[in-house]
Formats: sequence, structure tokens, C-alpha cells
Amino acid sequence: MSTAIVEQPNEVFAGTAGPLVKVDHLTCVFDVSRPWLERTLAGAPKQMLTAVADLSFEIARRETFALVGESGSGKSTVARMVVGLLSPTAGQVTIDGVSMSDPRLAAAREKLRRRIQMIFQDPFASLNPRWRVDRIVAEPIRAFGITRNDAEVEARVSELLKLVRLDPADGRKYPHEFSGGQRQRIAIARALSANPEFIVCDEPTSALDVSVQAQILNLMRDLQDRLGLTYLFISHNLAVVRHMATRIGVMYLGRLVEVAPARDIFAHPRHPYTRMLLDAVPDLAMAGRQRKPVDGETPNPIAPPPGCPFHPRCPFAAERCRTERPHAIVTGSVSVACHAVEEGRI
Amino acid sequence: MSVLAQPPAAQAHRGLLARAWDSDIGYSFRTSPVAIGAAAITLVIVLATVFAEFITPQNPFDAAALNLMDGFTPPGEAGAGSGMYFGLGADSQGRDMYSAILYGSRVSLLIGTASVIFSLVLGVSLGLIAGYIGGRIEALIMRIADIQLSFPAILVALLVFGIARGLIHPSLHEQMTFAVMTIAIGLSNWAQYARTVRASTLVEKRKEYVDAARVIGLRAFPVMIKHVLPNVAGPILVIATINLALAVLEEATLSFLGVGMPPTQPSLGTLIRIGQQFLFSGEWWILLFPSLALVTIALSINLFGDWLRDALNPKLR
Repeated sequence: MSTAIVEQPNEVFAGTAGPLVKVDHLTCVFDVSRPWLERTLAGAPKQMLTAVADLSFEIARRETFALVGESGSGKSTVARMVVGLLSPTAGQVTIDGVSMSDPRLAAAREKLRRRIQMIFQDPFASLNPRWRVDRIVAEPIRAFGITRNDAEVEARVSELLKLVRLDPADGRKYPHEFSGGQRQRIAIARALSANPEFIVCDEPTSALDVSVQAQILNLMRDLQDRLGLTYLFISHNLAVVRHMATRIGVMYLGRLVEVAPARDIFAHPRHPYTRMLLDAVPDLAMAGRQRKPVDGETPNPIAPPPGCPFHPRCPFAAERCRTERPHAIVTGSVSVACHAVEEGRI
Repeated sequence: MSVLAQPPAAQAHRGLLARAWDSDIGYSFRTSPVAIGAAAITLVIVLATVFAEFITPQNPFDAAALNLMDGFTPPGEAGAGSGMYFGLGADSQGRDMYSAILYGSRVSLLIGTASVIFSLVLGVSLGLIAGYIGGRIEALIMRIADIQLSFPAILVALLVFGIARGLIHPSLHEQMTFAVMTIAIGLSNWAQYARTVRASTLVEKRKEYVDAARVIGLRAFPVMIKHVLPNVAGPILVIATINLALAVLEEATLSFLGVGMPPTQPSLGTLIRIGQQFLFSGEWWILLFPSLALVTIALSINLFGDWLRDALNPKLR
């Protein structure tokens, strides 16, 4: 399958120094108060939900950075801020040196958009049900004005469909005529159509059957190698992340509690929350390891607990954890925010 | 590939009509006698009004063609003046009721259709904007819709009509009546479209295909038109069909009250108003036949709309 698209790894940008994506002290606060009139009548205060708090990480070119965490930990909010669907309350996202929130860089950002794409969680919602597949896949090509020639667009679309192992004739069909896995491949074809170099994948396999998940993940890895893609991979499934990620960031209640290379996280999880997540994975290789069961649910992000947000569920919590918020301590390639780890208690 | 006999290429090349006939809605239509009957009657009436010139004996709007001596000719008799045969009788001016009804239905249907299009465009745009943009704009638009819905539609139409009359020079009144009626009826019905479209837009805009369009930098307006609108269009069609019947009735009401179409270019409502003056003097046909025409039009459009609503509602299938 030697085609123009396949033969275009992003060599041009690969030479530039520094990380491709830089996330600096990213914070996102939502106003979840009741409407003004109701609030005033009831005398209730404004309610603010901190979805993401002071988050920083970097993604190097051609690596896969995975964000893991439970539902409600703010993973998807981070993804939406990184692609610019949501503007951060504080902090900023910088992609290839261009800030995503600086109003002075609007022109540079428009150019940048073409190099960023997103793959969504639910393939049943991410394709417009009224559009034919070829129009869906061609939308970024037309939106970015890559080519206005209809024959060229058609050729690219069938090339892309072949790339994701679909029949080019499928372009004439509507999304409802496909299965979940096929739809996700259509979504991948759309994401690739404008030759992006950075793709944000928001739980791309969690709506799919297990047998199809592997297929999609292998396709994504294969495409990464061939096209030199960089992924930000959001997932709650550690087994999936293990298969995909170069580095992993573990999120809890909108904060990064641990960032480490994938191998390290699975071999030596440091943060108690990471341990808990790993213990929850039913995996033969981990059988026999001592498990520390942790009860409870994620606390309400409107009123997060003081000190370390994990302390109500943490088996190692000490007095200091209840009052003082831990900061990330970097040792080598690993960064952990935990008093117990810092003090050597665990 | 599927096991169905049709190869995809052949499917794509089949006509739109053939595909519509085979679709779920086509099947529902074929098996519903009420829908077929209502659609057939509506079609016959629409065709008859469009080609009224060719199937009527006189032009009832042309004063020179009328013979006053034919006035009050009962149905099925020849006029005393012209000797012309009056199947549905003649009114006080010697106007053939059959011709007047066809020409009047044309006026009624034209105003109905135009006002439905007007309120549809207005309501759908405002509903899309309210649902998609949200915030204060949404609150403003929806509160106006709420206020409007708390008044009867006919009252709003009367108000608009009255204001327009005051603004337009009296010499232009007769020419402008059509436009004023359209706007008056259209303005009294937009809120229903706006509400429906806003509700569906709120659902659709949270779906990921909208995000996918925003990621590639599409602005709010193209996203609304290209992505959201096609997905909220289903219910609009149903409301528009049912509202067409309502708009025809509303036009008739206004004309009956004497604020609508003038007697020189009568609509069905005007004919009914003229007819009711003669009811107690025994000339029943001047009132009865336009009323029957109005009921038939409203009923057949309404029954068709009811069927369409059920056919498009997956829960009732």
C-alpha cells in the first residue's frame, strides 16, 4: 500500500528540538451554581467545580503519553483543553511553541489546528448520522483547504479508507451501516485526513468490544510508526494503556499524582493510588502480589478534601497528608506527589 | 459485504423516489389508508387551485365578468342574467361559488404556506442560535417565546396586523394585505419551532460529531448549519405540516373577523364572512360550500401531518 499519505511521516517537524506538547499549570474550574435567580432566592453561594488543578506535563515527539484515572478525574477535560475545545481557567497548553490560549497568536494557531486532531470515545456519536462516510472523512481536507479538486479529495478519501482497512466503496454508505469498530476506524481515517502529527485520543476503545479493541489499538500503533504520530491517550483501562503508552500520567481528582515511563509504573508503582489501580486489574502476572484494598469513591470535586486529595482512601495516610497538599517530587524520569513516598514510609 | 441481493453500486444508482417508496416511511404510507386519502385530497385541492383558471367558468376577482342579475342563483340552476350554469350557486354579486372557492382556496393556501415558511425560518434560526450559543441570548429568545405563547396566536396576529395597518399608507393597504397577513400569522407561530429546535439542538450539540467539527476549526455558524440543522430537521417537518392547517384556519379566522383579505380578492374566510350575512335569509349555499372547502383542506392536511408525526416517531413504530 504505497500511497502519498502513507509516505509522509512528519520528518519536517521531527527535527525541531524540545517537546511537541507542553502543558503548564493547567487549571479548569467550572461554575456549576444554580441559576442566578434561584441562587439568590435560596441564599446559596456560588458552586465551583475544579475539574483540573495545576496540571503540568510534556509530550515528546512520536511518543504516546497516556492519562489514566477513574471516571471524573478530569482526564477528558484535559483532552478538551489540549485540542482547544475548552479554554483553561488558568495555565496554558503550548504545542510546538505556539500557545493555544494566547490571543496574539491566533494566526499561528489556525495553522497549528491542521496538525492536531482528536479521536473520540463514542463512535456512535462522533460521526454525523446524516452525512455519508466519504463526506465525513473529507471534512478536514475541505475545511483546511488542502485541495479543492473533487477528484483529488475522492482519491485521498479512498486511500484513507484503505489505510484503516475499510473498502473504499464504503464511502457511499451512512455511518449507521457500520459496526462500532468500523465506525471507530472511520473516525481514525477522518483524524488522519489532514495529515496531523498530534492526535488526542479520548478513550478511543472504551465503547468497543474487547475483541475489536485490540484491532483498533494495533491499527493506531501501526499508524503511529508509519506516520510518525504523537498521541495523547486518555483511558481508564490500564491493560489498554500498557499496550500503547510510552509514558503514563495517573490522575486523581484533577491532579497528576504520578508520572513515569510505562514500564516503571507497571513494575514499581509508587503512589498508593497507582498501586490501587494496578491491584484492580485482573492480571495473571500480578497474582500473588500483596493487595491493599482501598474502599470508597472519588470525593466530590466541588469540596475536595484538604491536604492530599487521596488521603480519605489512602491506607498510608498520616497527619501531614490530611493538612498539607503534596507537591510532585521528581526523581529521574519519575515524578510522584505523595508525602509517604517522599518520607520513605512506603 | 452484506448478504443482501442488491450490490451497493446498484443501490446508489436507484432513484430517490424508488428508495423513498421502499423506506420505513414509504411502507408506513402505503399501509395507512388515512394517509393515502389525506394526501390524495390535499394533492387534488392543491392542483385544482393551481390550475383554477383552466377549470372554472369565470374569474371571480374580475368585476367585469360578473352579472348582478345572476345574484343568489341557487346551486344547480342557470343564472337569470347570463344564463350560465351555477353548480354551487352564486353569491349576491352573481359570483360563481365554485370559482370563488377555488380562487379563495388558492389565496388561503398561499398565505398559509408563506406564513409557515416565514415562521419556520424565523423559529428554526432563533431556536438553533438559542440552543447552540446558550447563555443570555438563549434566555432572551426563550423568554420572548414564552411570553408570546401565553397569548393566543390569533391575538398576536391581530396585534401585528393592526400595527402594520397603522404603519402602511392606506392607499397601499389592498396590495400589502397578502404580505401583512403572511407576517402576522408567521409571527404568531414561530415560538413552537424555536422551542422544538432548541430542545433538539441542546441534545445534538453535546454529541461528539459537533466537537469533531469544532476541532478542525469550524465556527459556530457552519457547525449549526452543516451539522446540527440536518439532525434536528425531522420534527420541524411534522410541525410545519400540522401548522399549515392551523395557518389556513388562522387566516380564515382573521378574514372572517374582517381584518384579513378584502372582498375584492377573497380568501375562504372572506367568503364565509360574506356567506354568513345571508344564512338567515335562506341563501345557505354562500356560507356552506366555502366552509366545507375550508374543513376539507384543514382536515386532510392535519390527518396527513398526524400520520407523518407517527411515522417519524420511532417509539410508535
